[in-house]
Amino acid sequence: MEPILKIEDLSVHYPINIGTVRAVEEVSLELHQGEVMGLVGESGCGKSTLGFSILRLLRPPGKIVGGRILYHGRDIVQMSEREILSLRGRKIAMIFQDPLTSLNPLFRIDQQFMETLFTHEKGLDKKEAFNRAGRMLESLGISPERLLDYPHQMSGGMRQRIMIGMGLILNPDLLIADEPTTSLDVIVEAQFLDLLNDLRRQFDLTIILITHNLGNVAQLADRITVMYGGTIAEIGPANEIFDEPLHPYTQGLLASIPNIKLDQPKLETMPGSPPDLVTPPPGCVFHPRCPHAKKICKHEIPEMTERDGHLVFCWLYR
Amino acid sequence: MREHMEELITVTDLKKHFPLQKGFLDNLLAREKGFVRAVDGVSFSIIKGEVLGLVGESGCGKTTTGRLILRLLEPSAGEVLYKGKPILSYSKKDMEKMREKMQVIFQDPYASLSPRMAIGKAIGHPLIIHNNYDKAELRQRCLRIMEKVGLTPASFLYRKYPHQLSGGQRQRVVIARALVTNPEFVVADEPIAMADVSVRAMILELMVQLKEEFDLTYLFITHDLATCKYICDRVAIMYLGKIVEMGPLEEVFKNPVHPYTATLLAAVPVPDPKYRRTHPIPKGEIPSPINPPPGCRFHPRCASAKSMCSIHEPDLLEVGPGHMVACFQ
Repeated sequence: MEPILKIEDLSVHYPINIGTVRAVEEVSLELHQGEVMGLVGESGCGKSTLGFSILRLLRPPGKIVGGRILYHGRDIVQMSEREILSLRGRKIAMIFQDPLTSLNPLFRIDQQFMETLFTHEKGLDKKEAFNRAGRMLESLGISPERLLDYPHQMSGGMRQRIMIGMGLILNPDLLIADEPTTSLDVIVEAQFLDLLNDLRRQFDLTIILITHNLGNVAQLADRITVMYGGTIAEIGPANEIFDEPLHPYTQGLLASIPNIKLDQPKLETMPGSPPDLVTPPPGCVFHPRCPHAKKICKHEIPEMTERDGHLVFCWLYR
Repeated sequence: MREHMEELITVTDLKKHFPLQKGFLDNLLAREKGFVRAVDGVSFSIIKGEVLGLVGESGCGKTTTGRLILRLLEPSAGEVLYKGKPILSYSKKDMEKMREKMQVIFQDPYASLSPRMAIGKAIGHPLIIHNNYDKAELRQRCLRIMEKVGLTPASFLYRKYPHQLSGGQRQRVVIARALVTNPEFVVADEPIAMADVSVRAMILELMVQLKEEFDLTYLFITHDLATCKYICDRVAIMYLGKIVEMGPLEEVFKNPVHPYTATLLAAVPVPDPKYRRTHPIPKGEIPSPINPPPGCRFHPRCASAKSMCSIHEPDLLEVGPGHMVACFQ
């Protein structure tokens, strides 16, 4: 089957006064219809930049400097502004980290839903639009009466559910969720992830879940992409990534997260800190922190190794 | 066993009610003034050398409790004893002296460091306030603590400014600044919440190591139960300004008695794709602390609530050695 989204050698740079931030460097990724892909990494690894470039919503001075993003075979990078507008929201939706700043405090929830609907579906009947917004609220587990509320009258978890509802009201097939639960409390976070899992089936969604929280992706993702320093370290089925991580970075990351269900007396720590992407280290970007770094790692960018759909970019496996 | 040990901090029935601002209409109609009951009768003690985790969701009053103990906020009622001394009645001057022994680490290392102060100076700042060392000695003490927290090479980093450091290094600066006066008690308010995953483990390990080295006692405030496991000896779970359960870490984690504790434990995301949650997650969210529900504050969300739960407020009672629960079950 043709992948719904295929990213080929994508590079995104931010030219700033002291040089160029190589936020995403030659990244390739395939997304299959109906899967949930967890995009994991620490801050500054390029995961959000990658998400934003799929919708061409990069904040200036960010620019796609190379590569292709094929959505159902059509290259988003080459699209005109008009074409991309018809895609945004309608085919590909995105939800953001902070639901309070993403909703307009001056408008009622129904007005915000209707604005989205009328922008994309000209000539839609007002009553029909209202009803559709109401039905959406129901599938989010919120009473349709709340349509007449303002954002400040809702709790944080409800606002985040409204956000996802606004994303889904136009029936997109691809949802990009950028740290959707970071501003939520644990219990609300668990509720939200459960909801996302329901909606995924109900709306037949393909989801890119961008997060730094490995606990979140474990429960939801089918496959996981681990990013580090603007590049991909490893892509694989979720259970393989957790059970047999191949890349030393993934191994380090997994050993350093607390797991409430395990009896690990101590957390492992990774020395050093993520690289400066203006002057990334030569060769493998992870080599200065890597416990297994060899000579070749210091000057040559690792090639991809594939083992039954599990991809790793590391010289250990060549 | 615990009775024989020295209680460093004793908190009794501590309360903090923040008055709500009254609008014009409220004044006109002489409406009663409202309060946010951020902390509403909290009692616990911390033994010298132990780490007590204060856990809860946002708005439960955990941060306010930490600030009240340090008198960064003045309590509305209650008592705080430090080694048996009632510090709430201390004068401003006496309290300043106490602060040498009671320090705090805040969540955000970006907001708690002045961008215009070199980090060496920032770390030495508490020493200038509390003592009068000469310049050379001040520098020596700063360099020593910087090495202890892993800010090396210390003499090189001494002159750097916060923007030249990584997030992890900044948090180390904040820790060094808290420890430079040789405190006995440290309130750590979400010290790793802002840090990246790989940095979190490092800071946590550092805090454990420093605790042993400097014989510290921590009040570790966090929303994340999973991190508690690596540092806390005991945990206290807070909900809407009250402690609902408190006890030895293992005991509370293995046998949570209060339904809220059980829910909180079940909601922690587990980094294992094979793991399936068994405990149901209740609907709804934490209610407003302005008009908390009558009776047990958790009853509207509790699956096993009985009729009495909405009328009477349960007391914190002992259910096992050192294990206290406020629930009628």
